[in-house]
Amino acid sequence: MNRHLLSAADLDRDDALLVLDTAAELAALTDRAVKKLPTLRGRTVVNLFYEDSTRTRISFEAAAKRLSADVINFSAKGSSVSKGESLKDTALTLEAMGADAVVIRHPASGAPDRLAHSGWIGGSVVNAGDGTHEHPTQALLDAFTMRQHLAGGKGDLAGRKVTIVGDVLHSRVARSNVLLLSTLGAEVTLVAPPTLLPVGIETWPCEFSFDLDSQLSRADAVMMLRVQRERMNAAFFPSSREYSRRYGLDVRRMNALPEHAIVMHPGPMNRGMEIAADVADSDRSVIVEQVTNGVNVRMAVLYLLLAGAQLGEPEGSDRMAEVTAP
Amino acid sequence: MVGVSAARTPDETRTVLDSDDIARALTRVAHEIVERTKGADDIVLLGIPTRGVYLANRIAERIHQIEGREIPVGSLDITLYRDDLRRAPARALLPTSIPASGIDDKVVVLVDDVLYSGRTIRAALDAMSDIGRPRMVQLAVLVDRGHRELPIRPDYVGKNIPTAKTEKVLVHLEEFDGDDAVRLSGQSQEES
Repeated sequence: MNRHLLSAADLDRDDALLVLDTAAELAALTDRAVKKLPTLRGRTVVNLFYEDSTRTRISFEAAAKRLSADVINFSAKGSSVSKGESLKDTALTLEAMGADAVVIRHPASGAPDRLAHSGWIGGSVVNAGDGTHEHPTQALLDAFTMRQHLAGGKGDLAGRKVTIVGDVLHSRVARSNVLLLSTLGAEVTLVAPPTLLPVGIETWPCEFSFDLDSQLSRADAVMMLRVQRERMNAAFFPSSREYSRRYGLDVRRMNALPEHAIVMHPGPMNRGMEIAADVADSDRSVIVEQVTNGVNVRMAVLYLLLAGAQLGEPEGSDRMAEVTAP
Repeated sequence: MVGVSAARTPDETRTVLDSDDIARALTRVAHEIVERTKGADDIVLLGIPTRGVYLANRIAERIHQIEGREIPVGSLDITLYRDDLRRAPARALLPTSIPASGIDDKVVVLVDDVLYSGRTIRAALDAMSDIGRPRMVQLAVLVDRGHRELPIRPDYVGKNIPTAKTEKVLVHLEEFDGDDAVRLSGQSQEES
């Protein structure tokens, strides 16, 4: 594993499987009465959130706390950022306070990359969503959820067909998922109106289509994306009603899916827009499970990035490993 | 290696236990467990991955032959409780599985292949306290090679093998490595 997790493309197949397998073991451990593990005692994780978020921030916080790390939550609202402090100065402050990892969400694509490679901070950087770029831990938890349902909880996703529907243009979730799922061998199809597909989509490692109905019968998993009105500064489709009729997942479309297919949504949902309430609450929907898996996957990421020696640190004499390592 | 010279080279290995020795040692350990726990009524064997789990299974099989009862066997991964995590890159986790009957108020026998510094067992005791509260905890190891760094001692030992700190004890088990043997490699300062 790299020292940072900035993009789903940072993970090769072995790294991705290591994260998923670690998350699976951690899921089993957190089933028990004492959920806390001592592993990251004395390490500090800063949640640096420049954008509103419910589940991602809480999920990272729960993950860090279950591993006994100290957590500092920072949201741009109500901090010096509203007085005009730059990312650099905020980063230097965090470094001075001894952050071992910074989990960053930022409206600007590339902000985590800047933070990781500028030399402002020495710790690991985890991208928790940057602009319309990437959201790698979401892709990992989606892959974990698919693996549980479609691949018996083991190995990769070779040959599984995943259809991602909706606002691909603004979706960091779609980008990270396409990269990670293709690394894991899944066949991804993006479905969206032409206006909501990014330029250069032909070069992505996936198929794309403008017609949802034609894709349903072959999908093992359907992931609905939120229509991101806050990022839309132009008319991408004529009306919500038309979008919902052509690209929304309603009960009729859900019934056209194969028996085993699962319905996913990264949240927050616009019920009645991209997904009907009846579908979101049906037993095909794994949306709540995605949230639970999110904590385990983020624990795995924090464990793999933080528990071991930092790169460049000399390996100590490790007698115990000699005796117990296979 | 093609041994030309008679003198021991640093990477020479010699076998200290062959498969018959291991079988006999485990049989004796199984008998000792039954004797010491007065019939092994409420014992749970927890192997420490990787090889401790196979040893725990073998011991459980032997106790089954002696007492005619199935003994619950589980595995207890200690990775998240190690005190040397920061000395090496992050390690992959190994499976933990606790028997459905749990460990509360049971006699837990931890099983590992080699007892050395005692730090693995310290971590295992910590890991166990997050899972339940056994009535008693005992320790069975195939090889005790000495050089303890913590006040921990085994209750059942397959074989005491005095070693130098520079030596390595290599345990091979059929289920994982394809053969049964305990070998010693590296320079011995106590010999020569």
